[in-house]
Amino acid sequence: MYSQGLIGADGSTGETPEFLEAFQKRIDAEEKIEPNDAMPEGYRRTLIRQIGQHAHSEIVGMLPEGNWITRAPSLRRKAALLAKVQDEGGHGLYLYAAAETLGVSREEMTEELHSGKAKYSSIFNYPTLTWADIGAIGWLVDGAAIMNQIPLCRCSFGPYARAMIRVCKEESFHQRQGYEIMMELAGGTPEQKEMAQDALNRWWWPSIMMFGPHDADSQHSDQSMAWKIKRFSNDELRQKFIDATVPQAEFIGLKMPDPDLTWNEEKGGYDHGPIDWDEFWRVVKGHGPMARDRIRDRRKAWEDGAWVREAALAHAEKRRARKIAAE
Amino acid sequence: MPLFEALLELADDHVVLGHRVSEWCGHAPMLEEDLAMPNMALDLIGTARTLYEYAGKVEGQGRGEDDLAYLRGEREYRNCLLVERRNGDFAQTMLRQLYFAAFMEPYWTAAADSADETIRGVAGKAVKEMAYHIRHAGEWVIRLGDGTGESARRMAEAVENLHLYTDELFEAGSAADVDVLPDRAALRPAWEATIDHIFGEAGLSRPVIPHPQTGGRNGVHGEDLGHMLAVMQSTHRAHPGATW
Amino acid sequence: MANEMPLWEVFIRPRNGLSHKHCGSIHAADEVMALQAARDVYTRRGEGNSIWVVLSSAITASDPDQAGENFEPGEKIYRHPTFYEIPEEVGNM
Repeated sequence: MYSQGLIGADGSTGETPEFLEAFQKRIDAEEKIEPNDAMPEGYRRTLIRQIGQHAHSEIVGMLPEGNWITRAPSLRRKAALLAKVQDEGGHGLYLYAAAETLGVSREEMTEELHSGKAKYSSIFNYPTLTWADIGAIGWLVDGAAIMNQIPLCRCSFGPYARAMIRVCKEESFHQRQGYEIMMELAGGTPEQKEMAQDALNRWWWPSIMMFGPHDADSQHSDQSMAWKIKRFSNDELRQKFIDATVPQAEFIGLKMPDPDLTWNEEKGGYDHGPIDWDEFWRVVKGHGPMARDRIRDRRKAWEDGAWVREAALAHAEKRRARKIAAE
Repeated sequence: MPLFEALLELADDHVVLGHRVSEWCGHAPMLEEDLAMPNMALDLIGTARTLYEYAGKVEGQGRGEDDLAYLRGEREYRNCLLVERRNGDFAQTMLRQLYFAAFMEPYWTAAADSADETIRGVAGKAVKEMAYHIRHAGEWVIRLGDGTGESARRMAEAVENLHLYTDELFEAGSAADVDVLPDRAALRPAWEATIDHIFGEAGLSRPVIPHPQTGGRNGVHGEDLGHMLAVMQSTHRAHPGATW
Repeated sequence: MANEMPLWEVFIRPRNGLSHKHCGSIHAADEVMALQAARDVYTRRGEGNSIWVVLSSAITASDPDQAGENFEPGEKIYRHPTFYEIPEEVGNM
């Protein structure tokens, strides 16, 4: 579902200037870098970190939406939501696989998620409180994710770009699914409309925070842009998202929870009110309302499943032995 | 209206099991299984939707799939007891899936010759889905039965917990006088053959159950179903008449 | 890390008449489960009608450092049809 602007990667690297220059030339020529190619350590580290964070976000992202699979209000919605949450799992899987080409295992990454060492998108540390939250997540969170992910399809690292192409293709139904839910609620009973507005009020600010800090405060952006891991700045993407989303809210008669939101004729885009960066950093650093619960749930699934994975491996070993004995 | 009642029994089986399997989404033992289980749940829910729609048509009172799924209480639900059993651990979930699919696969095979066009249509699609569920759940039952000491113990426990609910699959229920649906009792040899084959590889034995539990077809369920339906129906029932 | 699920590469044939194409990876303990995982992960939208799975560790890859000597030796232009001059009157050949 989503990649947050990269938080806290160390892009520093110790190779010779000649090596770095040759590498940069390949990047500038829009050549894709493949897993076995020589690459600066900083490039590898940045990618492992970013793809890992992205994968973790998909996996943790299954939880807030999964919270409503059992309570979806119609069978049609239930099927669509289940298929969507399943897709998020698939996206996590593709992304882990892309990171694995860089020499880190899924187990190692999982371990980092469970220990709290690895970050994931802050948006998933908010709770889903009503059915309308499922609409808001699809519409806003997946909408923001698409803004972020489409440029990632052209990322310089081949496996990441390929995974993102698959993700973007699959995700095209997610945002529409969410908007359709919101549209139905906004045009429904007064209680349903209120539910939709309440969800928009709670998810709007976290959604625009998903693009990460303002460009001026984004430490790692320059190197990532130079390496073409990233193609647009945080603020550029955020602006695109806001400009696309405001008319969609108007169309279904919902109000954006930002009194300062105004159309700026000169720049041809909306100006928005101040973002609460204290809240952003608090949530990113693991103090969001659902942070502990999310990790607890992921850890529980992993630990409860240990005996299943062990059994599968033990059986595979026995099968091999039997096959050899039979030959 | 025996056809209506029989369709509800079938649809309830599918929606309840689909719901149960969907409870796993995001909590599976490994990521690959987080994708496999929703596939199974979606198959079941899809079949339930078609069956409810058809049941509503047969009844002729204007009830649609959601009226039937969301606005009937546990005494009105007609699913068999097997499908409503709690997920338990992964062994129990996979065994429940195997038991059900091993019954439904020959059921839909037989239904492919039904004189009823809608039922033939459902059967054509569902028979392939059930064949896959047998394979997927069956391979897991084999691995868990044969894998480690702990997995073998859990698998044996799952058999102990669930086998007594399997007899009900073969009860005619409301379909006794419905000639467009297969004779359930006649499917027992096929079901037993599938189970015996998989149990053979899993190192499990099919127990003899002196006192099988039944009652679901009369709306006499275990205590878990009411809780499941309370969760499932809560949003829908909180907003009477709303559309979603 | 000990006890990790092996990694498999997945190849899918979109339809008969085409060759299998690499589409991603999955983890599974053995080849049967690998095939099922590949089916459940990579064919949810009608992507194909045949799957191959191969243990990633069974793949031998060429070394990117040898890419020059492997793939850029002097071009042998006489391997291409345009190398040969045939009068236009002869027609397509």
